[in-house]
Amino acid sequence: MSTYLIQNVSVLGGEPQDLLLVDGVVADAAGAASAVADGAEVVDGTGLIALPGLVDLHTHLREPGREDAETVESGTAAAARGGFTAVHAMANTDPVADTAGVVEQVWRLGREAGHCDVFPVGAVTVGLAGQRLAELGAMADSAARVRVFSDDGKCVHDAVLMRRALEYVKAFDGVVAQHAQEPRLTEGAQMNEGELSGRLGLAGWPAVAEEAIIARDVLLAEHVGSRLHVCHVSTAGSVELIRWAKAKAAEDGSWEVTAEVCPHHLLLTDELAATYDPIYKVNPPLRTARDVEALRAGLADGTIDVVATDHAPHPHEDKDCEWAAAAFGMLGLETALSIVQETMVDPGLLDWAGVADRMSTVPARIGRLDDHGRGLKVGAPAHVVLYDPSVRRTVDPAASASLSRNTPYRGMELPGRVVATFLRGVPTVLDGALV
Amino acid sequence: MKRHLLSAADLTRDDAELVLSTAAELRDLADRPIKKLPALRGRTVVNLFFEDSTRTRISFEAAAKRLSADVINFAAKGSSVSKGESLKDTALTLEAMGADAVVVRHGASGAPHRLAHSGWVRSSVVNAGDGTHEHPTQALLDAFTLYRHLGVDDRGRFRPGGLEGRRVAIVGDVLHSRVARSNALLLQTLGAEVTLVAPPTLLPVGVETWPVDTSYDIDRVLPGVDAVMMLRVQRERMNGGFFPTPREYSRRYGLDARRMATLQDHTIVMHPGPMVRGMEITADVADSDRSVIVEQVTNGVAVRMAVLYLLLGGNESGA
Repeated sequence: MSTYLIQNVSVLGGEPQDLLLVDGVVADAAGAASAVADGAEVVDGTGLIALPGLVDLHTHLREPGREDAETVESGTAAAARGGFTAVHAMANTDPVADTAGVVEQVWRLGREAGHCDVFPVGAVTVGLAGQRLAELGAMADSAARVRVFSDDGKCVHDAVLMRRALEYVKAFDGVVAQHAQEPRLTEGAQMNEGELSGRLGLAGWPAVAEEAIIARDVLLAEHVGSRLHVCHVSTAGSVELIRWAKAKAAEDGSWEVTAEVCPHHLLLTDELAATYDPIYKVNPPLRTARDVEALRAGLADGTIDVVATDHAPHPHEDKDCEWAAAAFGMLGLETALSIVQETMVDPGLLDWAGVADRMSTVPARIGRLDDHGRGLKVGAPAHVVLYDPSVRRTVDPAASASLSRNTPYRGMELPGRVVATFLRGVPTVLDGALV
Repeated sequence: MKRHLLSAADLTRDDAELVLSTAAELRDLADRPIKKLPALRGRTVVNLFFEDSTRTRISFEAAAKRLSADVINFAAKGSSVSKGESLKDTALTLEAMGADAVVVRHGASGAPHRLAHSGWVRSSVVNAGDGTHEHPTQALLDAFTLYRHLGVDDRGRFRPGGLEGRRVAIVGDVLHSRVARSNALLLQTLGAEVTLVAPPTLLPVGVETWPVDTSYDIDRVLPGVDAVMMLRVQRERMNGGFFPTPREYSRRYGLDARRMATLQDHTIVMHPGPMVRGMEITADVADSDRSVIVEQVTNGVAVRMAVLYLLLGGNESGA
């Protein structure tokens, strides 16, 4: 096995120290000298921050079915370049990941690609159709060991079905990750409903359509004593509801609500829709500056547990058209950490230890991953990101490892750069390039 | 003027008054035996219609032909939404044919904006109605009609600022109406006071930030206005749950003879067409002396001539 010595690196933003990775685990740095003598690879960590390998709870890898947009190979390559060592691959593929066979296929493709660990998310309902439960237990028991279940892209809107799903996953400590979108309130919806949607003549996606589902689901989770995870929270009202629900759950202890926010919802606002450029079309939509403020505050105080990318690759033609005809979604893996630095760290809302918590420790805990999110303590699996927060870079879509180019940050200057990513002590990215 | 006409908001007051006064000169042409000017000879205007709209299309076609432009009608039914040819490929095709102006009607809000700003075409783009967004030439022809009745001096000449302080009610499905959006913007630019009248379900979210008044009560608004503009209620809205029944809508928001009697003597009745007689407007109102609905059509040609003339710089090419 390989040995890497990272010298003079700031672990979680602390004082510079050495970080020794031996045989896939973090070793005692006291052994640095002998490791070098034994031929360890030495990496200069001066000026760099070391974070535990990032874990994404919400990634669209598109394979099987839309290999023109992304494959497990290309998507995990993008993940590694963004500092991720684990991603949860969403179930809305074609065929849908609603059987043990499909989740095992995705899991196996991830192992073959080797850029990061892939944990498939299982569909809650057969074909994401919202009619009857998929074989959740079979997916949980499969080699892919599924613990996160989601119909993402669609809301499990039937209250009885949602109740049953929340109940059923208790048998294997699963979690239902809800795409909170009341379908009738969002028929044909194109952008955030507000003054601007009225002016632009684009059908509105009202905040209440998200909040109404979240309110219902936290009550269901409490009622049946289960685990609910709310995907891509986008409104100030949702943050309030989740804050209330968490306080209630903390008193009780028999149920749990967690929530994620996407980088784009921390940075971009609905004003961008005025360009009619569908590169800014995403679901849930970009919201107002007031929502952005509330999301940042919620992430800072822990109301929102994690940052998840909702990395959603689309081929060029699905964005190079009129707004209404375009697909929802934007790339996110390779820019996530930079945006968290820009929106949370640089303004002083979150320190690097907080970033590690929101982007590694807690997402791994929600996904019940034993081998990820364990920090950089001696004995932890050697999943490490080396990040240079001092540089600024201009986002060039053509430089992405993704097969798609639909980044809303094209031409934008963002802080920071992932210099290296280690998966079980082996670099997947070195000097900013894939290994 | 800007190079494209995408929104009524693109027009300054000077721009709008220039279009209207140009239209006034061009309208006189309609009364001559030979209705043709050589202003746009050799220029190509493409009417690119992704939605059926015979009236708007022939209005633009007549306008371009009376200025001697070559006209290509391109009925591209089914956009990329229905997996036909994409907007982009259609645009590239037209560009390759050498279009100087593209008049576009599209079911998707913002499609003309995309056409103008995505680098697909170099020609001027005129929005002939996009989704539930805007229909700026309709607003111009409505303003032109308003001027002719409310904004002229004793000798019938256009008075700059002639709509200043004039009150206009726009009644009906504002939520889905591109006509209402463009009119609200343009009439505000021209100094008129607009009141949008509709049931609360048919007013857009955020309308309180628009430069207009709103009301749910047509009967309180009608006596105070100088013009009332009725909007069509589209068939697909009738069963959309926006109001209980078409009959109730007609009773509460339709313009009938009884309501018409509450108008001031000089108040005119407008409708962008096509009308649903018996729904938002009764036949006796539509056919009354106050109705300028047919005149709006005539004015439409003149206004669209003015827009094409000014956008294509007809004056520079030796008119």
